[in-house]
Amino acid sequence: MQVPSGYGLHHQNYIAPSGHYSQGPGKMTSLPLDTQCGDYYSALYTVPTQNVTPNTVNQQPGAQQLYSRGPPAPHIVGSTLGSFQGAASSASHLHTSASQPYSSFVNHYNSPAMYSASSSVASQGFPSTCGHYAMSTVSNAAYPSVSYPSLPAGDTYGQMFTSQNAPTVRPVKDNSFSGQNTAISHPSPLPPLPSQQHHQQQSLSGYSTLTWSSPGLPSTQDNLIRNHTGSLAVANNNPTITGVDSSSTTSSASPMPNSYDALEGGSYPDMLSSSASSPAPDPAPEPDPASAPAPASAPAPVVPQPSKMAKPFGYGYPTLQPGYQNATAPLISGVQPSNPVYSGFQQYPQYPGVNQLSSSIGGLSLQSSPQPESLRPVNLTQERNILPMTPVWAPVPNLNADLKKLNCSPDSFRCTLTNIPQTQALLNKAKLPLGLLLHPFRDLTQLPVITSNTIVRCRSCRTYINPFVSFIDQRRWKCNLCYRVNDVPEEFMYNPLTRSYGEPHKRPEVQNSTVEFIASSDYMLRPPQPAVYLFVLDVSHNAVEAGYLTILCQSLLENLDKLPGDSRTRIGFMTFDSTIHFYNLQEGLSQPQMLIVSDIDDVFLPTPDSLLVNLYESKELIKDLLNALPNMFTNTRETHSALGPALQAAFKLMSPTGGRVSVFQTQLPSLGAGLLQSREDPNQRSSTKVVQHLGPATDFYKKLALDCSGQQTAVDLFLLSSQYSDLASLACMSKYSAGCIYYYPSFHYTHNPSQAEKLQKDLKRYLTRKIGFEAVMRIRCTKGLSMHTFHGNFFVRSTDLLSLANINPDAGFAVQLSIEESLTDTSLVCFQTALLYTSSKGERRIRVHTLCLPVVSSLADVYAGVDVQAAICLLANMAVDRSVSSSLSDARDALVNAVVDSLSAYGSTVSNLQHSALMAPSSLKLFPLYVLALLKQKAFRTGTSTRLDDRVYAMCQIKSQPLVHLMKMIHPNLYRIDRLTDEGAVHVNDRIVPQPPLQKLSAEKLTREGAFLMDCGSVFYIWVGKGCDNNFIEDVLGYTNFASIPQKMTHLPELDTLSSERARSFITWLRDSRPLSPILHIVKDESPAKAEFFQHLIEDRTEAAFSYYEFLLHVQQQICK
Amino acid sequence: MAFTFAAFCYMLSLVLCAALIFFAIWHIIAFDELRTDFKSPIDQCNPVHALVLPEYSIHSLFCIMFLCAQEWLTLGLNVPLLFYHFWRYFHCPADSSELAYDPPVVMNADTLSYCQKEAWCKLAFYLLSFFYYLYCMIYTLVSS
Repeated sequence: MQVPSGYGLHHQNYIAPSGHYSQGPGKMTSLPLDTQCGDYYSALYTVPTQNVTPNTVNQQPGAQQLYSRGPPAPHIVGSTLGSFQGAASSASHLHTSASQPYSSFVNHYNSPAMYSASSSVASQGFPSTCGHYAMSTVSNAAYPSVSYPSLPAGDTYGQMFTSQNAPTVRPVKDNSFSGQNTAISHPSPLPPLPSQQHHQQQSLSGYSTLTWSSPGLPSTQDNLIRNHTGSLAVANNNPTITGVDSSSTTSSASPMPNSYDALEGGSYPDMLSSSASSPAPDPAPEPDPASAPAPASAPAPVVPQPSKMAKPFGYGYPTLQPGYQNATAPLISGVQPSNPVYSGFQQYPQYPGVNQLSSSIGGLSLQSSPQPESLRPVNLTQERNILPMTPVWAPVPNLNADLKKLNCSPDSFRCTLTNIPQTQALLNKAKLPLGLLLHPFRDLTQLPVITSNTIVRCRSCRTYINPFVSFIDQRRWKCNLCYRVNDVPEEFMYNPLTRSYGEPHKRPEVQNSTVEFIASSDYMLRPPQPAVYLFVLDVSHNAVEAGYLTILCQSLLENLDKLPGDSRTRIGFMTFDSTIHFYNLQEGLSQPQMLIVSDIDDVFLPTPDSLLVNLYESKELIKDLLNALPNMFTNTRETHSALGPALQAAFKLMSPTGGRVSVFQTQLPSLGAGLLQSREDPNQRSSTKVVQHLGPATDFYKKLALDCSGQQTAVDLFLLSSQYSDLASLACMSKYSAGCIYYYPSFHYTHNPSQAEKLQKDLKRYLTRKIGFEAVMRIRCTKGLSMHTFHGNFFVRSTDLLSLANINPDAGFAVQLSIEESLTDTSLVCFQTALLYTSSKGERRIRVHTLCLPVVSSLADVYAGVDVQAAICLLANMAVDRSVSSSLSDARDALVNAVVDSLSAYGSTVSNLQHSALMAPSSLKLFPLYVLALLKQKAFRTGTSTRLDDRVYAMCQIKSQPLVHLMKMIHPNLYRIDRLTDEGAVHVNDRIVPQPPLQKLSAEKLTREGAFLMDCGSVFYIWVGKGCDNNFIEDVLGYTNFASIPQKMTHLPELDTLSSERARSFITWLRDSRPLSPILHIVKDESPAKAEFFQHLIEDRTEAAFSYYEFLLHVQQQICK
Repeated sequence: MAFTFAAFCYMLSLVLCAALIFFAIWHIIAFDELRTDFKSPIDQCNPVHALVLPEYSIHSLFCIMFLCAQEWLTLGLNVPLLFYHFWRYFHCPADSSELAYDPPVVMNADTLSYCQKEAWCKLAFYLLSFFYYLYCMIYTLVSS
């Protein structure tokens, strides 16, 4: 057993220098700031070493406090603990000594037969296999060396495992933390390269001594390991979702054959019993893999529990390689020809009580359920309360329990159909869009970071190794995307997790579907770029009047130290009106120097070297400039805006390095290249017919964006205008350069304080959030599937490669898929996104997400697996494209047709249902509602006065927002908040957060006696009824009666009353769940602002649009036609 | 045997048709390179753009010449393509300089396959018309 001496578990902060480590000294010298590095690292990185714990790792200094999150994750420091009582809510790592009944499962995944079966039997219900597992072949054909010593997943990795689980991590948790990573770094077994600088070596040794102090050498571990005893985490608060909250790793010493069911049985009591009692839907594999749909576990969280915060934060990771578990199926029982669950599709009427039945089963062991909840037919026209009381969660793919656990979090990666149809014909029959919704750079609380010499990838398709590959034997693995058999490299045989050898399937890459690799120099075209920020500011009369400069400079001053970056961070400023002003901030000057270029037809850089300066060297000058800037142009009379030339100059300035350009613009550009004319006809705002000018007026901005993208520069646009500014043209500069767009209509710092506050909050997030530079994202999918259209802000470089000059945690993407070859020979498909980027610390990193989904052959199964929210988001993206390329009315028709087609297709599969009723499977029951919401969205509505810029901005948001935010934008959540109780409340960080039920978006639900909160994603409205209880007004709003509430109120006062506390904690909890802190509007029933509120009540009839019921009738009519 | 204007037209178009065939082949190669990920769409679309306008103008020249030579059948064969070219030219994103091949959307699988099909069809059309012109040229030379 060869254990490279260099392996160790290192603090995250150690890894930071590895960017340099991998680049030769020669390259380093080309960077002007190179000499600073040594000092910087020793200064910055020695601090964290003092409080190194093997597990808490922060990427950003100062983020450490944030780290303490709800349920403590057990991490066993060192292996000397005699016994460890895992907190019930988190992963506990089980260690048993040799004689314990649950010991090694190692011997179970050996027989080659299992592997071969694995591809064909993907989705059998796992639980029922438990009981029989022990009988399986024990012989170790494939793994002759029986014992693979497995350490607990504890130690350093304990943390990492607790939250990477797909089902339990909810956005609520995630977004509030900026990426904090657990590092697994095991630097190369080779001796340090000569190019390594001495400080790195120092820190290396420093870290290794720290981390390795207690366990000692790997060879001595066995003794220590045996002392570990754990207890199963019994408290399983939310079995419907997680299934397993605790799992165990076992010590290697004794390969006891009969152990597996005891091992897993501990956490599956229900499942075991159900599988024992109801053998009928046994997930037996079938000769024809195509017709082996999964009976088990229909999407569990169809009825999610509101108490998501209280539920266990994590579970331990499964101990078996998924492939092996699939393989156990043949051993269980004989072949069962067809699956009662799905074949019973035509028999709906015979299950009148199916609803109660499935709810009583609670989604945990649907094996005994005759029919999954998601297929229950719903009569849309008769079901009055279609909206569930609790938020809708993503359906869980119908995989076996272990694959389910390994699968990627739906927050990062979602597919519109969680059951992939086998053929394009089947997909066409279902009339549903197939695509992926991605949120790849999401802020994660926990992320395994892997430093390894060789990043293991498939040799032919370059897929990264992931949890869904199958190991053919110890030395070879089979790619799950192209099915090529690859060798396992020597380094991969060593498992840093357990510090043992010969367990490639237990490596973190194979245990986590979301991992991050520290990339070597092979993944660089040039040395990692520093963080470079350029601010391009409009200072024309209009801009000064609006007064955004004060807010911007203030925010910048506050967050200057929090800008992501390392010692090389550079920053620059440009302002423009009819001329372009540069600011020389070179260190050594006594004050910032303003350089004016008035030749806007041929822009040049006056002093190319001193315009982008090192943030730390010139900090004083930058602060001086930021303090002076708001007042520098107060008396300007210049009304023109030469945005185009300013952007050209910015491009010239940025092109040597790349980075981020933030453009602040307040009016139509009126001078030089890229000038625009007003195209909006205010009389056409509420036209029901044609909406023109949704596309760009000129290609200037698009071309500029493409140039920028080529130079790794992203342009972010902040449009703060009071009049029409042709966002449709301006947005191109961000769309194609992977930037982001912010729009503040009628911005004024005093007249419109809510917008000012929004800008302030957005800026805070914008300046401090994570950022990745010079990024590319590649999406791979199983052979047979292909991607054909991408949505989002990026430039498509190749059929599956997106070029992203910058990536930020708030960017979402969508991909449309088609099925090119039929998927008959596989039962699982996988999708992998790999995002390669340069972190703000100058490291090259790869974030990999892998999603695994079952393939089904029947239409009913396709309907059972619809993720209606993802489908709506994809449709919205497609509709935006359609409205730009064709027309808005076309797009609206397409949206309506999507509902009509899918529901009529469903109706025709269910032949014996009465045709007069409008039926939908339960999984699709919200589809018409959401489509109606889309039709009433600013982007697509007609007949209601909508300013063109507002419409275009809504379209931009649809294209670039991740699903969670987009859904709130499309269909806001409405809560009644004047009677908040603690019933069903959840506890978050010692606060009690009430969970009021969701109300449907209809005025019918509003009562004059109540107060309602509407959560529209980026804005909250509190509507206060006329007859609202005075107690509420006094206790929560702080006014004596309804009449005294002011018209413009944007804050809830901090009152020391129970109801105020409840309301505030609820709102804070909602706010914490998203990156942008939304602004709050308190709307009185009489105030003119109530129109804003009422336009979101999408179930109601408006002058120009259907009510929900009318819409259903319309759909029904269309179907009958 | 006489050297009429029609014969001249056919001779000239024969030569130019060879150029068009070359353009079509060039397009096919370019899109194939895009598909196989050899080149970035920005790099690729610029030279493609450079060829689009010459191609359209050469083809328009044919049509004008055949119109003048009163070769109605040949003109009739070419008119559909002429209209298609006009449609492509005026039905393109904002500035006409971009023409049909827009780097950001060209990688869309649908667009790319459309462009490829278009290039193949044009190649076939130009090849057939090459032989047709050859035949017509000889025919006019011989018949009169």
